[in-house]
Amino acid sequence: MTTLMDKPSDALDHVSLKHARLPRWAPVLVLVIAFAASGLLALLLGWGPVAIVVVALLIYLVVLPTWSRVVENRRSAVDRFVTALVWVALGLAFVPLVSLLWTVIREGAPVLDAKFFTWSMRNIVGEKGGIYHAIIGTLLITACAAVISVPIGLLTAIYLVEYGAKSRMASSIRFLVDVMTGIPSIVAGLFAYALFVVFFGPGVHMGLGGGVALSLLMIPIVVRSSEEMLKLVPTDLREAAYALGVPKWKTIVKVVLPTALAGIITGVTLAIARVIGETAPLLIIAGSTDSTNFNLFKDQMMTLPVFIYYSYTQPGNHPEIARPMAWGAALVLILIVLVLNLLARVLGKIFAPKTGH
Amino acid sequence: MNRTSLRRIAAPSAAALALGFALSACGAGNETDNASSGSSDLSGKLDGSGSSAQESAMDAWRAGFQKANSGVTINYDPAGSGAGVEKFNAGGVDFAGSDAALDPEKGEVDAAKKRCGADAIEVPNYVSPIAVVFNVEGVDKLNLAPKTIAGIFAGKIKTWDDAAIKADNPDAKLPSTKIDPVHRSDESGTTKNFTDYLEKAGDGAWTYPADKVWPIKSGEGANQTSGMISAVGGGKGTVGYADLSQVGDLKAASIKVGDAWTPPSAEGAAKAVEASPLDDSRPEGDMAVKIDRTTTAAGAYPLMLTSYLIACPTYDDKAKAALVKGFLTYVISEEGQQEAADNAGSAPIPASFAEKAKTIVDSISAK
Amino acid sequence: MSTIEAKAGSPKRRLGDLVFANLTRAAGLTILLALAGVAVFLTIEGIPAFTAGPEDLKGASSFVVYVWPLLFGTLLAAALALAIAVPLAIGVALTVSHYAPRRIATLIGYLIDLLAAVPSVVYGLWGGLFLGPKLVPLYEWLADHLSFIPFFAGPASTTGRTILTASIVLAIMVLPIVTAISREIFAQTPRLNEEAALALGATRWEMIRLSVFPYARSGIVSAAMLGLGRALGETMAVAMVLSASGVVTFNLISSTNPSTIAANIALTFADATGIQVNALIASGLVLFVITFVVNFAARWIVSRSEVSV
Repeated sequence: MTTLMDKPSDALDHVSLKHARLPRWAPVLVLVIAFAASGLLALLLGWGPVAIVVVALLIYLVVLPTWSRVVENRRSAVDRFVTALVWVALGLAFVPLVSLLWTVIREGAPVLDAKFFTWSMRNIVGEKGGIYHAIIGTLLITACAAVISVPIGLLTAIYLVEYGAKSRMASSIRFLVDVMTGIPSIVAGLFAYALFVVFFGPGVHMGLGGGVALSLLMIPIVVRSSEEMLKLVPTDLREAAYALGVPKWKTIVKVVLPTALAGIITGVTLAIARVIGETAPLLIIAGSTDSTNFNLFKDQMMTLPVFIYYSYTQPGNHPEIARPMAWGAALVLILIVLVLNLLARVLGKIFAPKTGH
Repeated sequence: MNRTSLRRIAAPSAAALALGFALSACGAGNETDNASSGSSDLSGKLDGSGSSAQESAMDAWRAGFQKANSGVTINYDPAGSGAGVEKFNAGGVDFAGSDAALDPEKGEVDAAKKRCGADAIEVPNYVSPIAVVFNVEGVDKLNLAPKTIAGIFAGKIKTWDDAAIKADNPDAKLPSTKIDPVHRSDESGTTKNFTDYLEKAGDGAWTYPADKVWPIKSGEGANQTSGMISAVGGGKGTVGYADLSQVGDLKAASIKVGDAWTPPSAEGAAKAVEASPLDDSRPEGDMAVKIDRTTTAAGAYPLMLTSYLIACPTYDDKAKAALVKGFLTYVISEEGQQEAADNAGSAPIPASFAEKAKTIVDSISAK
Repeated sequence: MSTIEAKAGSPKRRLGDLVFANLTRAAGLTILLALAGVAVFLTIEGIPAFTAGPEDLKGASSFVVYVWPLLFGTLLAAALALAIAVPLAIGVALTVSHYAPRRIATLIGYLIDLLAAVPSVVYGLWGGLFLGPKLVPLYEWLADHLSFIPFFAGPASTTGRTILTASIVLAIMVLPIVTAISREIFAQTPRLNEEAALALGATRWEMIRLSVFPYARSGIVSAAMLGLGRALGETMAVAMVLSASGVVTFNLISSTNPSTIAANIALTFADATGIQVNALIASGLVLFVITFVVNFAARWIVSRSEVSV
């Protein structure tokens, strides 16, 4: 740097981008070394697996950028550090997912048997019962919510796309629907309670209320997904129908809706999957019981999430029976949600309009 | 194309509907079985709420009564005695279970009278010891004098190797672990009985009046008895109080009665309740017991609770009156008390109490 | 077009159109009414609490005194959750949009969706029974070594049922929504800006810092606010994880914790009677207003930044 001679060559190095690079396998090598070192320390100090991973990642985060700083330059070192950091963030995000699924399967799978699915908890004292009553309640209340939400949601979406378009009312509905997706579920439950108290007096419990509360959470999801799907229907189709003299409403029912059907069904199924696990509103308005109740309009109705909640918070004097049942019910609930998610994709495929229309 | 895709939706939805009906056509496996065995005229639904201490006993009573009367459903929310009484007084439930008698000073007696249109009835249905449970590594047996217990829960005694605890347990190896006293965060009859005991037997170490609400704003709060059990069981150096029937694997301390160290037992609680008189100041149908916390009777365990069932003498609905009467009769019957003793390890109520309770319950009628 | 319709359609057909159009409009109005109904009914049932006395408010002298510790807990838990979730979410979103190969990115997307699909009650169960006890050693370490920081003043909870545990569970729960929105926004960075940065010799990080972040700033803010809305209102996970005493404290790892509005409602609603119910509903109204404002602001920022989410 001190002599004039050095300068051009130094600059030339940069221009030709030929400065030293770490080999391609460097990150892998450092990762292996980091884990080896951390594992060795763990052997010496008796750490658990969590500590090994944490220390290994820390070593990686320090060693690779340092190496890069020495061989490459500061900017590359920062880049490598951030790259490592981003991947670590990803890993961290998946730790709870894996841990949660693994715990639920490990704790829940052993209790799943025929009795668990076909018995309720009525007259069960000090032995394992079943979640039949909770499954029935969940299905009925969710179905009730779907029956309320789908027509309202779908019609609103039709209004937004076909009628309202850019009117002031449509844009305010669109905006408020977005805001509505953020309503806390407990508030939906309180609303249902406050509404039903007016008609049935204090202490009201009924499955219908749960349906109303859940539909408050479900409608915005249905509206948004249906709206997206209706927007995707090509305008040519509509115009072709109009040209044939088909009235607008018939065009929507016979042309637009069938074309968007696949997406709408997918959206509705996903919306059901979203609300089927809701607990807080049902805790308030549907209550809890250990008998099966088929009547949405009368008395307490048990649901899977509420069953899980009470088995956890009030296991009675046999927690060794109630706890595994809570895990088992949690596993069943997760499976239901996953099946619904899969179903959404499968149904979307089945109802997808044939290509080449 | 349009038609076919609309038609394609019909088949799966029909299938889903059919599945729904198939499911709803039959009840749960255990419920259909019982339908044939039990038969009686009683049918309908009762809602109760209250003491979580008597939850195990209540489970047994509900099952026993529902088995005998297949058309009956009884729901019991172990929400805590305070909540149960308030809910009953507000008309939210048909009966309440409470570990503490209705409190006239708090207006509970008047509120119950207002709700029922006449003096509410209150019968003892469940007598059970409250265990002082602890979870200290390496300690299996623990003796605690009332004053020591009061010191621990008041936060004055902070570590397990405190001199006061050492004095009660000269032979035990006590660790220097910090004491983590757990209390009930909800309104609880167990708390009221426990604080009543600390106040009366604690020799001045407890300066708060007996109350359903834990009087000190520190320490770990746990919701309901089961929350207490999991908090004590899951912690280190924890100590708490709970109905003996609910403590499960947790270890319970022996308390000092007179000069003897007495472990919690149903017999001990029964002895203590026998040594206690009824409260004369109460109306006719109210069998509140004045528990003698400082009894020195041999074998008695005065850290115990008497639970009550609180109901109305009359109900608007004939079926409801019959149901309440039937259920309460079953609970205080010898059979019901035995059922509770088997399931919850409680002590049967003394025969003299049972007899008086029977005549009170018999008077329940429709308006 | 409408004129053609009017001429071509018979009166009967136009009736059909009229009915259908009004039906859809009515559905839209129903939604507006429902939203207004939430506010109206909560207010009607909540009003008695505003004038209630101490005997109905668990000893609090007025509704404000009653709701303040709950509000504090709600805000504290949500803020902590965001502090944990937002950096993670940005990391995950960057992986998906700029680091991972296409196929892995799709897989990561599915997994994150899976995280969103798990019901909150299951998070509560996992947080209370599994995560809480696992964190106890960490809390003890924090209390031993960092107790000079007020957050870790201790004494450490022995059950792990602290507000920090609850916040971690909350963070996991809001992660998917913040990730999903950040990802959308990162992916929408104009390709030209990115390629220009790379062509000038920027490393990948410099490219992200110089072209992606400035473009995505308002999007990240609104994603975080939507996450905040979710965290404020989340009920079950907090109710099942937290050992709540209803105090106001910044101590994150002790067994004496503040409660949150939503968890307090869930825990005490079943046992509440009379005015207490009104007080709970009124606290729900407070929560509703706060989440409404947060979501409103977030959506407003989104709509203003002209990035469709």
